[in-house]
Amino acid sequence: MTVKLSIPAALRGFADGRAQVELEGATLGDLLDGLVGLHPDMGPHLLDENGAPRGYVNFFVDGKNVKGGLGLGTPVGPGQSVALVPAIAGGSRGDG
Amino acid sequence: MCPMNVCDLVGRTPLLDLSSLSPAEGVGVWAKAEFCNPSGSVKDRAARAMLAEGLKSGGLGPEKAVLDSTSGNTGIAYAMLGAALKRRVVLHMPANANRERKALLGAYGAEVVETDPLEGSDGAYLSAKKAYESDPDGYFFPNQYDNPENPRAHYLTTGPEIWEQTGGGVTHFVCSVGTGGTFMGVSSKLKSLKPEVRAVLVQPDSPLHGIEGTKHLASTIKPGIFDRALPDEVVAVSTEEAVKVCRRLAGELGVLAGVSAGANVAAALRLAGGLPPGSLVATVLGDGGARYLSDGLWDKA
Repeated sequence: MTVKLSIPAALRGFADGRAQVELEGATLGDLLDGLVGLHPDMGPHLLDENGAPRGYVNFFVDGKNVKGGLGLGTPVGPGQSVALVPAIAGGSRGDG
Repeated sequence: MCPMNVCDLVGRTPLLDLSSLSPAEGVGVWAKAEFCNPSGSVKDRAARAMLAEGLKSGGLGPEKAVLDSTSGNTGIAYAMLGAALKRRVVLHMPANANRERKALLGAYGAEVVETDPLEGSDGAYLSAKKAYESDPDGYFFPNQYDNPENPRAHYLTTGPEIWEQTGGGVTHFVCSVGTGGTFMGVSSKLKSLKPEVRAVLVQPDSPLHGIEGTKHLASTIKPGIFDRALPDEVVAVSTEEAVKVCRRLAGELGVLAGVSAGANVAAALRLAGGLPPGSLVATVLGDGGARYLSDGLWDKA
């Protein structure tokens, strides 16, 4: 099934400037695989050398961070709000 | 501007010797302990200068609220100073700012408008700008990204402090950029005193990173106060390397510093490895590590 994944401003340059990408999958892990398959240059920014999401990459499903829950195994569906959210608030325009 | 209160505690921070972390014999690596500022970060310097200018010019009258965007530290500095100056403080901040930041802002009585976390600090900035434009008479909008008082604060305080504390021996200044205030002000001051001082810009190695408060310049809007011509060289640091150095600072030296400090020190140590004996690298520990407890910075790897 098709699910819309929202992506942060910092990564939109890898997705032709789009804020949302439509992906096929039943779990969050499927969406992540699909995203990296569609935009391979985004991969190293999201995943570590073992293929796991980097520590500062969070996924929210219906407003809840899945870290500590089912993680990439979290089921997703077309009606849900799914977003890839950076762990930090600064960094797009910056505030240091 | 306000004698005998917290405003007077800003600046004059210690310079810590971190050279024992360096593999380079005879090369000093020293860092300003900016977490010693009263609200806990280097941002107190710029915030104080911008508000002082507002008080002096009349822009920040008693009827005005301080309004700006922030990802945390500048907001906390405004909030502290606003409480001391009896001014309302309204901050536009991405909703994913961590628990510690929100709690500190609440403690000082600041009002927070949460903005879309996916839009990052750009979204917060645009939101604050819109609020200001809708009620310019109600707000004093320092706009830390474009306000010359920001780098000027570092030109007048942080830069001279580093010069004096190193006895003029500093050869390199290493610093990351959020607004660019610290990097621009300190580098300009040190170069004015000793033109051969090299200004080394620290950059996250990716547009998506976990080095809070630092800006990946290649993929973002350039702050108005930042001059791309000033850095002599650029060092890229990964979030993982910054975190590793934070843990070394805590475990080997007892210095509990934040992630941007880890990035700055990581870059300084790498740079030091290639320098001749007698070189002295100065950098900045922008904030303390206790501000990152909920982010998992100190969780066991």
